[in-house]
Amino acid sequence: MFRLEPRKELSRKMFYLTPLLALALTLVAGGIMFIALGKDPFTALYTIFIGPLTTFRGFAELLVKATPLILIAVGLALGFRANVWNIGAEGQYVIGALAGGSVALAAYPGGGYWLLPLMCVVGAAGGAAWAAIPALLKTRFNANEILVSLMLTYVAILLLSVLVDGPLRDPEGLNFPESRLFQNAARMPALIPHTRAHIGFIAAILAALLAQLALARHVIGYQIRVIGAAPAAARFAGFSETRIVWTCLLVSGALAGLAGLFEAAGPVGQIVPQLPNNYGFTAIIVAFLGRLHPLGIIASGLLMALTYIGGDAAQVALGLPSAVKSVFQGFLLFFLLAVDVLVTYRIRWMRRGMVL
Amino acid sequence: MADAPLLDIQGLTRTFPGVIANDKVSFSVGKGEIHALLGENGAGKSTLVKMIYGVMRPDSGTMTLDGEMYTPHKPSDARARGIGMVFQHFTLFEGLSVADNVALGMTGTGRNLTKDIVALAAAYGFTVDPHRLVGTLSVGERQRVEIIRVLLQKPRLIIMDEPTSVLTPQEVDVLFRTLRRIKSEGVSILYISHKLEEIRALCDRATILRAGKVVASCDPRQETAKGLAEMMIGGLLKPPERAKTAVGQVRLLLDGLQLKSDRPFGIDLKDVSLAVCAGEIFGIAGVAGNGQIELMEALIGETPIASPEQIKLDGHPVGGFGPQQRRQRGMSFVPEERLGHAAVPSMSLSDNTLLSGIERKQLARGGFLNLDAATAFAGEVVERFGVKTAGVAKAAGSLSGGNLQKFVVGREVLQAPKVLVVSQPTWGVDAGAAAAIHQSLIDLAAAGSAVLVISQDLDELLAISTQIAVIANGQLSSARPAGEITVEEIGRSMGGAAQANAPALAGV
Repeated sequence: MFRLEPRKELSRKMFYLTPLLALALTLVAGGIMFIALGKDPFTALYTIFIGPLTTFRGFAELLVKATPLILIAVGLALGFRANVWNIGAEGQYVIGALAGGSVALAAYPGGGYWLLPLMCVVGAAGGAAWAAIPALLKTRFNANEILVSLMLTYVAILLLSVLVDGPLRDPEGLNFPESRLFQNAARMPALIPHTRAHIGFIAAILAALLAQLALARHVIGYQIRVIGAAPAAARFAGFSETRIVWTCLLVSGALAGLAGLFEAAGPVGQIVPQLPNNYGFTAIIVAFLGRLHPLGIIASGLLMALTYIGGDAAQVALGLPSAVKSVFQGFLLFFLLAVDVLVTYRIRWMRRGMVL
Repeated sequence: MADAPLLDIQGLTRTFPGVIANDKVSFSVGKGEIHALLGENGAGKSTLVKMIYGVMRPDSGTMTLDGEMYTPHKPSDARARGIGMVFQHFTLFEGLSVADNVALGMTGTGRNLTKDIVALAAAYGFTVDPHRLVGTLSVGERQRVEIIRVLLQKPRLIIMDEPTSVLTPQEVDVLFRTLRRIKSEGVSILYISHKLEEIRALCDRATILRAGKVVASCDPRQETAKGLAEMMIGGLLKPPERAKTAVGQVRLLLDGLQLKSDRPFGIDLKDVSLAVCAGEIFGIAGVAGNGQIELMEALIGETPIASPEQIKLDGHPVGGFGPQQRRQRGMSFVPEERLGHAAVPSMSLSDNTLLSGIERKQLARGGFLNLDAATAFAGEVVERFGVKTAGVAKAAGSLSGGNLQKFVVGREVLQAPKVLVVSQPTWGVDAGAAAAIHQSLIDLAAAGSAVLVISQDLDELLAISTQIAVIANGQLSSARPAGEITVEEIGRSMGGAAQANAPALAGV
């Protein structure tokens, strides 16, 4: 028998080192998995984690995948710091793409420099509006935001299916459930020419920096930290929990909506039913892997993006199933949680019958 | 008293990383003796008791019980050898009956304890209904259940950890009668406390610990309370100096304050009225759980109250405001619970100044935190209030209880509020720190502020207050000048409510 005892003083250093330790354990466990599958573990790990970075195109793809992950995770992390659990970023992402994309389709084929900024604003507003539903229900009726936001994800995905099959369907698209390809004025400008990497990545980095500034230096960020760490102290200080719930859900919804719009107006270029790509859920892992710290999230977002493209590469080069990507994401999360437990607690072995 | 001691302790030493909690502690407890273990917080009392009760093992040193080696590895070893313990925080289940709770503590007995409980209680001169749910018992009654549970195991030595901290003066008298009765049957009692008057009234001998060492051993009946206190802190105790301050106009006025408690087992505030003038320290006495928490929440502004007119600051109604607006208008608060309420444990001391200091110390400009100002303010609090810490970047949770309390009180006092409301200002704080906190409250009042102190420690209220009222079952008695009111009167006010409470509880 053993028991977990809380450690007296938590080591800051260990707290930030755990993601790296979790990554190392993931690599070891992944290697063992490849041996079991009869593959050379070193080749496989190289293909997934190093290979994509050796080509220019692979690097650009990394930025493409990291953009929505970082944007969404930064917003989620603000909420998680305040114990506001928005699990429905995937839905807010879809609504953002729908709302912002609709602006492009309404203006089709016109548009000017004003079009993309307007799409961004409307996309962010759409995501925020979707997140406002759990915010309202939580602050008014104390409904659990985890359940409400999660269930609204499925509503959003079905709404997407309905719309691309109806009002948003391409009139010249042979009845495929897809929208038109967006006009040029509605497309994200490229960050690296001749690749799919777009300036949304800059926006994601800016969002992380702003969030970091808010957390460290702004009253709102301070309120978020206090509510998360000691709710009674927040009441003592006079911070309004209702306002923080609203702020966190609206900001994370807006960032998720923006991420959805970037995806639709960036690499995809239209509204398709396959838009939801699990970014909204994977971003939860990204947020925790980055220690709910905006700068950490930039790093963990890039790492998680690597598992996306590395997984694809492994599929192509080694004939591994596409589930490899999810397996690695799962490994990372589980090892992170396990290592976290050992950093926060120490194991004490007990003899039988010991009382205290 | 027999010559051979019951429990003899020689050279007991226990170290923790960086601290020697007990340094070659030697003393003995005679048969049928009430032996006081006296010391400030952190002097090593609880480590010593844990070793005697088998919770912790000494690094070196020996214990003998009745002439035989005694090396308990776990509490059940201690119980098997006849050592029982009554804890400061009760270990009873509220949802179970008295008899069930007692049975849970006994290992391997399936027998019906109801009769034993009634007989034992009668033998010691009190009544306990074995079928009542513990949740409906008063604090004093719960303590009796704990004592019965220990007595049923026929102990030779009972350890009592701060047993009177939750009792009214009248309940203390009952407890002392019981303890003397137990003693008369040859059972020894190791009595841990820092209440000097009680020790002088009850105990035959006292061992005084300071910084892990035995510094003195004496007959407390031969010593003065002041003498004992000075042995305990190892220096001269300075009574708080109270300058004669002219009482000014009314600063804080509660006018028929009503509050429906929304917590389970909460107490409604009924028509609480009081006036605190500039220069006054108004003390509110009372046993825990009589509406103090609710009163504090209403004063801080955490709970909305019926009418803004029920709380007035310098004549202006503030009852409709939240905590921040009240602070802007000149109020400050120190709630009872330091960790998690008055301070965020995981945050640094400088970050913790922002909790209540943003408004009055201008620690934010245009929504952005002024971290330099916060650090400077935290440094000022640490320096002026003698907070022992490695620096203001240290987490609040890493400070000892007394040091954190000094920090929290300092943070509010240095904001020079017009009205300061403090709950349990020196709860769990050692004598030296308590004296410093008391002095700071007195100085604040002398500078023209109104101070409201809610405390369960009567000695504290008598030492610093100018006026005292008692809160019982959500009602506040009328205030009396501190010089005129006696401990007996206060005790009657506290106890009167306990009786009024009893029938209601019995009907639950």
